[in-house]
Amino acid sequence: MQPTSHSFKENARQALGDANLQKALKLMQSGFPARRAASIARLPEFDALRDQGKAIKDHVLENLDVYLETFEKNVVAQGGEVHWCRTPQEAREAVLAICRRLGAKTVTKGKTMIAEEIALNDYLEANGVTPVETDLGEYIIQIRREYPSHIIAPALHLVKEQVAESFRATHKGLDAKRALEDAPTLVAEARSILRQKFLAADIGLTGANFCVAETGSTLIVTNEGNGDLTQTLPKAHIVLASIEKLTPTLEDVSTILRLLTRSATGQEFSAYTTVSTGPRRADDTDGPQEYHVVFLDNGRSAMLGTEFQDMLRCIRCGACMNHCPVYATVGGHAYGWVYPGPMGAVLTPTLVGIDEAGHLPNASTFCGRCESVCPMKIPLPQMMRHWREREFAQKRSPAAYRYGLAFWAFFARRPALYRLAIGLAARILGSIGGPRGRFRSLPLAGGWTQGRDLPAPEGRTFMSLWAARRKRISP
Amino acid sequence: MPDTPIRVGLFVTCLVDLFRPTVGFAAVKLLEDAGCLVEVPARQTCCGQPAYNSGDKSDAKAIARDAIEAFAGFDHVVVPSGSCAGMIRRHFPLLFTDEPETRAKAEDLSRRTHELVSFLADVLKLDRVPETRYAGIVTYHDACSGLRELGIKAQPRRLLQSVDGLRLTELPGAETCCGFGGTFCIKYPAISDRMVADKAADIAATGADTLLAGDLGCLLNMAGKLTRLGSELRVRHVAEVLAGMTETVPPIGGVAAQG
Repeated sequence: MQPTSHSFKENARQALGDANLQKALKLMQSGFPARRAASIARLPEFDALRDQGKAIKDHVLENLDVYLETFEKNVVAQGGEVHWCRTPQEAREAVLAICRRLGAKTVTKGKTMIAEEIALNDYLEANGVTPVETDLGEYIIQIRREYPSHIIAPALHLVKEQVAESFRATHKGLDAKRALEDAPTLVAEARSILRQKFLAADIGLTGANFCVAETGSTLIVTNEGNGDLTQTLPKAHIVLASIEKLTPTLEDVSTILRLLTRSATGQEFSAYTTVSTGPRRADDTDGPQEYHVVFLDNGRSAMLGTEFQDMLRCIRCGACMNHCPVYATVGGHAYGWVYPGPMGAVLTPTLVGIDEAGHLPNASTFCGRCESVCPMKIPLPQMMRHWREREFAQKRSPAAYRYGLAFWAFFARRPALYRLAIGLAARILGSIGGPRGRFRSLPLAGGWTQGRDLPAPEGRTFMSLWAARRKRISP
Repeated sequence: MPDTPIRVGLFVTCLVDLFRPTVGFAAVKLLEDAGCLVEVPARQTCCGQPAYNSGDKSDAKAIARDAIEAFAGFDHVVVPSGSCAGMIRRHFPLLFTDEPETRAKAEDLSRRTHELVSFLADVLKLDRVPETRYAGIVTYHDACSGLRELGIKAQPRRLLQSVDGLRLTELPGAETCCGFGGTFCIKYPAISDRMVADKAADIAATGADTLLAGDLGCLLNMAGKLTRLGSELRVRHVAEVLAGMTETVPPIGGVAAQG
């Protein structure tokens, strides 16, 4: 997909006026955070687990080469194959090559953000292979020709009436009288369509929440069971994963799993936790004949050893966006690419470039709620600040803003001059605004005063009043 | 009261200095009532957050260096803002990772610096303020930096309990950002405005007649939205209520003879 992160402001303006989106975002705010809080309240060792999870990921990132090679060795030992891809194009080609070799017409897909990152669906379609999303949220946005607005709840921006409308518009032969008024009826309708697709698919493609080095296994967590059908029924199973998904052992996986599901949905465990190890063996009753892991780097290895390395600990739980007041106000599409919210504000500039995504690390109030809920203790605000430092050093921020800042800093670095200037400002603003106590409009503050008043200064600065008081006490 | 009074340097903050000196005097009164000797170094300007959060590390460092010098020698440095106190405590040392000498000074300042209410409650161990009255139903917004960088949550509530006539009613979503965000409200005013509109609705729904918080930036934002909406709610810095200064000074954004 073409990123639209550069028009974040315009995207946000539209989002603020979208009644359905606003309704959906209100529902999110009352849902995810409360469920997470309740599940964590039942697990007193949660914070200690965060430290353990962080230590596991930090260790992997320090030794990524070793674990990647161990993983490949064990995948091959199980009869599978690993494909190394530096760029989205290489990853797309690797998937298509498997499809071509097996003569595949359709590919069923479990939820994978990496497929979104490399825009796999468009590529497969253009090359005559039909991708079928089987995760309900992904399926809904696929038929609407949209992209995810949330990394674990891709259709979060929609209300159920919009989903019903889309089903009626796309599902041929759907009885007009059939009720589609709530989640169960919508799920039943989607299931009736998808069941046939599962059986007809040539290849099943999933993501991976974990790639386990010691066993060469990949592991996914889902709640709909679509992942299992996607990967066991077709001839081949392709796992699409990014390189930082490596985890040393199954024991480590179980530690991080306890953090992942609670942070994501507030569940102690997801409905399905599926481990895949190689293709079907001789005495297996089912399973794919081929097992492929397509590994994508796409700039991640270049983050190692930089101030952005901590970001590679991210396990894609979505807690940061579930708790972000900016995300809750504008939704995920405003961010203009695959990864929204605080984690997107850090990651997107590394993946699509700071020219495209410069707004994202700026569009944060630094309220710190993301970092406080992050199971991997990623210092998200600090990393957004790193982006702002780069932006400032390269003079990319808007000129008016830079000049304003330089003007202010000139005074802030000279206390005596600052005193005079602020004293003057207090008197002028105080005498104009004082009688009403506030300004309804003010030059250079139009953004603020469009929707709110600016309380007026009291008239004298604290420092001048303090100096006067000192004089009275000890003349 | 100790024999040698505690020497406190007051970091006024740029917003208090310009917009609301009353908060500074409320801080002075609370500290003096608690037996502290308060001084206000004339060399102070700002904690440097506008530069720091805009990626302008060089100006942020210069401003921090000045503050470090200006506040050398005090037993404690007290700040009537969680955001500026958080900047000094959490971020000043990070600015000087490559300058060991300044870093040591920054860490020393960090250890001595406290947000006003947490200083009263956690350092001076006060559980009440000297006899004060405030007739009103109060709700409290937890400003983000104070809450998450400094753990300020129970302290203001505890001290407010000791104010005669005051009834506290909790604000649903008290820990959700009001949309001020320093430079954020300048760069993204439309998003900031919607966030504070949601906050104002939550505040109004409590039925309280007074909104308090510990950070002037957030207070200017919320007061500005409430007055624009025609709300009669009075908005004040928590220190004004604790220091009993509400009779003489109108609420934020209000005019005399209201408070």
